[in-house]
Amino acid sequence: MKNRSYNIKAMLIATLLSVLMVVLVFYGSRELQNFDAALVTYLFGTVFAFFGIVYRYTVWLQRPPTWIYFKRGVGFLFTGKIFSHFCFAVKESVENIAFQKFIYPRGKYRWLAHFMIAVGCTSAFLITIPLTFGWVHFTMAPNSISVYEAHFFGFKVMDFDLDSIMAFLTFHALNWSSYMVIFGAGYYLRRRLTNPGLIATQTFESDLLPLILLIAISVTGLGLTYSYEFMKGLAFDFLAVLHAVTVILFLIWIPFGKFFHIIQRPAQIAAHIYHKVGKQQGMAVCEHTGEEFTTNLHIKDLKKLTKKLGFDFDREDGTSHLDLSPEGKRSRLAQAHLRARQDGGNLFG
Amino acid sequence: MKYSGFNPNEEFFVDMQRCIGCKACEMACAECETNGQEPMIHVNYVDRASTVQTTVQVCMHCEDPVCANVCPADAISKDEFGIVHTANTERCIGCSNCVMACPFGVPKKEENYDLMMKCTMCYDRTSVGKKPMCATVCPSGALFYGTKDEIQEMRPNSTPVNTFIFGKETVNTKVNIMMPKGSSELVIF
Ligand code: HEM
Ligand code: SF4
Ligand code: SF4
Repeated sequence: MKNRSYNIKAMLIATLLSVLMVVLVFYGSRELQNFDAALVTYLFGTVFAFFGIVYRYTVWLQRPPTWIYFKRGVGFLFTGKIFSHFCFAVKESVENIAFQKFIYPRGKYRWLAHFMIAVGCTSAFLITIPLTFGWVHFTMAPNSISVYEAHFFGFKVMDFDLDSIMAFLTFHALNWSSYMVIFGAGYYLRRRLTNPGLIATQTFESDLLPLILLIAISVTGLGLTYSYEFMKGLAFDFLAVLHAVTVILFLIWIPFGKFFHIIQRPAQIAAHIYHKVGKQQGMAVCEHTGEEFTTNLHIKDLKKLTKKLGFDFDREDGTSHLDLSPEGKRSRLAQAHLRARQDGGNLFG
Repeated sequence: MKYSGFNPNEEFFVDMQRCIGCKACEMACAECETNGQEPMIHVNYVDRASTVQTTVQVCMHCEDPVCANVCPADAISKDEFGIVHTANTERCIGCSNCVMACPFGVPKKEENYDLMMKCTMCYDRTSVGKKPMCATVCPSGALFYGTKDEIQEMRPNSTPVNTFIFGKETVNTKVNIMMPKGSSELVIF
């Protein structure tokens, strides 16, 4: 929380990785031969966003609680039964990152809508980023007027006929993404405008604007297709500029607001690994309730962590308030209150 | 879009010795719009084998919330009225750091959501000048929401206290606990 000042370490890492990325763009596009100059604004936006994301991510990792999960998560992954840990991490990532299954119990439409946003956005990233970087490009097959070839890093990866289903799916993939994002973000927007709990706690900039922006990106993107396919290019230039502006706003906003969760979510997998390994090492038993409540590892780490953050819950005898489960803590507070009331000579008052 | 209808003169006053364990507050809490059908308030027996004493716990809305400090995901925030909000749904990674570190045992981990949820002092209500659900239904006066003057009139022999001593740690909170007259703090150990 307090760690908000200028951060040299993060600056260095972000600069280094951004330079590396530009180098990859240069060579991946075969020294810019395959680079599409029309996309240069997107390229700047992406590089800028990348810098911001790495910077923010590095600053975030340096927060003591975050660092614990990062260090332990990566550490556990590479010690002991590496293969089985790796399988666990893959399974967890598919379930929680790719399918976000934990949202389903919160509400099945909530899950569906988010899944559509996530699939729409990630597929759009996977298509547009390589195109912007010149890593993927399409050419006509030599001696043909109907076969298209797709190249990655300048190497041919596949070809397909111009009026094949493959071509239809490929060339319209961004439109499918747009529809998914519109439906998903539309659902969340409706939810945010009608759910009283959300209305009370949300703000326009951090909760509504991201959804509006996603819809704006998708609508202007679809508009581009419809403009040239059905309306003879009506307002194409205007839409193209509007689309670029919304996309670039989105990109450079990733590090700061709601969209940062896309980058940050893998920490959930680290927390799961942490819990699993902790369980194998033994559970902590609450001294008040006599029941297991979390792992020993968790309590041990939390004691260190709270100290580092400036909190000291140690007791005289070397034990700690943190050795109590939440229920144990509530009971001890009530007992202390009872003692104080009894000492005051009156239970109520 | 934060409402400015929050009444800064009204405060929360808890007196757990008055709690009779009826759980009316739990039912009411589940009606709160900010947690959607899950009660967040805790009512539990203190030491079932030896006493019928129960206790009731709402979030104390600490001045420097331990829960937010230990959160690896920056999911917990405190607003300009001193309300410590429940976990941000897209950030919280369900690690339970806050659950285990809160000195009052408040946050709840909803396992199947992989999400922490906690009392927001009924922000949907208090932000428009209404009282929290639990305080409106408590039949025994263990939970009260109102002005300092009102509580003084109702409980002339008690003093509200919002300083809690855990050994070397002093925790100041927004929510008050009713103590014998003249007290300035509650020492837990
Ligand atoms: C791929 C992994 C992703 C995971 C695990 C993930 C996880 C989450 C979670 C847990 C929520 C809270 C949902 C709720 O409780 O209702 C959320 C909300 C959200 N996510 Fe994602 N997300 C992912 C990707 C994305 C992507 C790629 C986008 C696109 C930009 C996105 C945009 C959003 C938005 C806009 C919300 C806010 C919905 C609201 O208004 O409450 N997410 N995400
Ligand atoms: S009582 Fe616990 S949950 Fe509430 S603000 Fe304080 S530390 Fe956080
Ligand atoms: S459970 Fe969620 S809110 Fe609590 S510390 Fe972990 S990430 Fe933060």
